[in-house]
Amino acid sequence: MEANIAVSSEKKPTWGGGGAKPFGASYGKMMMWFFIVSDALTFSGFLAAYGLTRFKFIDSWPIADEVFTHIPFVHGEFPMIYVAFMTFILIFSSVTMVLAVDAGHHMKKKKVAWYMLFTIIGGIIFVGSQAWEWNTFIKGSYGAVKTTDGKILQFVNNDGKQIALSDFVVGERGDHLVQQTKKNGLWFESGETVSQYSIAQIISSYEANPDIQVRIEKIDLETKKKIILSREKGAAELAKTKLVVEGANLEVNEYGNTIFADFFFFITGFHGFHVFSGIIFNIIIFFNVILGTYERRGHYEMVEKVGLYWHFVDLVWVFVFTFFYLV
Amino acid sequence: MAHAHESNVKRIWVVFGILSLITIVEVAFGIYKPDSLHLSNFLGTSWLNWLFIILTLAKAYGITWTFMHMEGEKTWFRRAVVWTAVFLIIYLVTLLLIEGDYLYSTLAPLVRW
Repeated sequence: MEANIAVSSEKKPTWGGGGAKPFGASYGKMMMWFFIVSDALTFSGFLAAYGLTRFKFIDSWPIADEVFTHIPFVHGEFPMIYVAFMTFILIFSSVTMVLAVDAGHHMKKKKVAWYMLFTIIGGIIFVGSQAWEWNTFIKGSYGAVKTTDGKILQFVNNDGKQIALSDFVVGERGDHLVQQTKKNGLWFESGETVSQYSIAQIISSYEANPDIQVRIEKIDLETKKKIILSREKGAAELAKTKLVVEGANLEVNEYGNTIFADFFFFITGFHGFHVFSGIIFNIIIFFNVILGTYERRGHYEMVEKVGLYWHFVDLVWVFVFTFFYLV
Repeated sequence: MAHAHESNVKRIWVVFGILSLITIVEVAFGIYKPDSLHLSNFLGTSWLNWLFIILTLAKAYGITWTFMHMEGEKTWFRRAVVWTAVFLIIYLVTLLLIEGDYLYSTLAPLVRW
């Protein structure tokens, strides 16, 4: 039976490589690296698909710094600032993580525990920020309409600045639509979300206010700005409206291409899930550190391994940040 | 491990400073978008985008080499990880972006604005 027992002749468990260290790396660390390679390829697959789609719709893709313009508790437009803050948080938590690893090399238990705690807090702030970002994106900020040929029309004022539906639409909605929910209809079905304004109301407000113009998704490739239609052309496009869009979901969004929001939810969601699981790993290791597990084991290599995963999450964010918000 | 007893604390903070600086530069360019860079074109995209991509790769290098301590690994272990990933990613991205451009040139003329 000797052969079936997972203990090598040196009394070391064979699942850990039996003490063999190819390339001078332990089994666990090497496998973490190879996992990271495969995970990196998964993320590249998503980002490359995003790139393909973006090139496919290069003349109508939403302009990122017109989409992500908000920061919590403050009114106004601050493109990029909040995601930059999120990037800092993640880089900083990477720093505290690597400081924990460094303290682990010197067997300083207390320092490792504190740095792990800071890393966990940084991770929680990041996930919280991402939740806020999603919430803002889903709620939307301006509102738009969708035409029968599937184009999104947004509204701008004289200066070409986008304005919200609530900034120019007047009057109460005339059709008195109410969203059907389980409470006011059949308990087993619920209806479409009802927008704040009706289509007729938006069109009549547009016609009544000469300062409003319609902006279409199409980008002028010379100036890299969305094209603004003349009043007459705008009215003609508006006549084709079939839906008022406020915010974003997987089927329609006020920012433009449907697939833009799909990629946003999928890629940042997948990354956020990685951050979330990273926090869970970090918490487990944090308690192990406090309980003295690694002190007894004689080394803090486990901190190094979760550290690799945590840095990888940061690494992916660097690319998501570039390709979603900057480029 | 040979590197186990030396402390890298100072180096870590220096790299953090560099990464932060790169992020600030990226965000500044992202907000102001100077026309000379933004409205140019080089190999399929603007110079501004190339700048972002290069700065991103610099950040990725900093994170992998210092924070993940890739510089301390054995040469061929490092290559097994980095070369594999970099080769496959370049291959995939090149093909997909070329296809994306093809889709645009084929489908865009059919869209009525």
